Amino acid sequence: MTTATGWVVVLLSGVGCYALKFAGYAMPQRWFGHPRLRSLIELMPVALLSALIVVETLAAGRHYDWNTARLVGFGVGAIAVRRDAPFIVVVALAAATAATLRLL
Amino acid sequence: MIRDAVGVGVAVGGYGVAFGAASISAGFSPAQTSVSSLLTFTGGTQFAIAGVIAGGGTAAAALGSGYLLGARNTLYALRLKPVLGVRGWRRAVGALVTIDESTAMALGQANPGLSRLAFWWTAGAVYFFWNLATVLGALGAQALGDPRRFGLDAAVPAAFLALLAPRLRARAVPDNARDVSRGAGAVPRQTAAVPRRVALVGAIIAVALIPVTPPGVPVLAACLSLAVVIDIRPLRRRP
Repeated sequence: MTTATGWVVVLLSGVGCYALKFAGYAMPQRWFGHPRLRSLIELMPVALLSALIVVETLAAGRHYDWNTARLVGFGVGAIAVRRDAPFIVVVALAAATAATLRLL
Repeated sequence: MIRDAVGVGVAVGGYGVAFGAASISAGFSPAQTSVSSLLTFTGGTQFAIAGVIAGGGTAAAALGSGYLLGARNTLYALRLKPVLGVRGWRRAVGALVTIDESTAMALGQANPGLSRLAFWWTAGAVYFFWNLATVLGALGAQALGDPRRFGLDAAVPAAFLALLAPRLRARAVPDNARDVSRGAGAVPRQTAAVPRRVALVGAIIAVALIPVTPPGVPVLAACLSLAVVIDIRPLRRRP
């Protein structure tokens, strides 16, 4: 990614996300009133996070990339999530596991 | 209550460090990473954009995913509008800090006066700590060098899982989401079964599309498929 592309993404995300927030204050309630539209927006993070997890874990560009250290690190993080560990513990355990496996 | 607000801010700092590091490993500069936290200021979107770019996705795919995720802030704003009663520059500032944490804290109070206080204190604390943590995470990651050596490529999906998990359990996150959704027209109460199905379908679509489509598209496609899963046909006949 070039520096210019980076700035374009950062600035457009800033403007767009501000517009989304401001719209809620500025637009009439009825535009967003339909329950199904609301559930759609509320469920969006679930679909997005789930897809991101899969892609970040398994993909390298357009290929599958079965990297043992990453998979095991993610697995340890997943066990921590299962056991209700705090966010920072999950992240640290996953990183430390993958880093250690790569040192071996 | 003010102590709670600051506590939320400090807790968010942990995510901020993770975002700063993830953004650097995606190829953004520390300055870009910081500006993102100052202007975009909605963690899920920022994480998603870094994630899609890190996976080799285009700017358009990254922004598409980011905006889809940022759309929930619109619902928060709708719900907060009558509570905060803001106009002019206060509305302009309030909009920037209308996010998960400030909304949840504001809606958790017994009366409108407390709600306003909770909103502004939480917003201020989260804004301060999120941006501070972003800088620390970004500079830290840059100083450490190759993110893979430190297992960041495993930490990022694990972080996403930690963010996803509460949404798949019966109660946890929807606490605030459910309050928010009570705004106009009640939402049918959702059990954990629906989000679980959505997560599963999203994951399957993403896995299937990895070798077929350009990077970034699997994530977008998973989001858009939601429109099919949830069946929006009844949108046309309003109750």
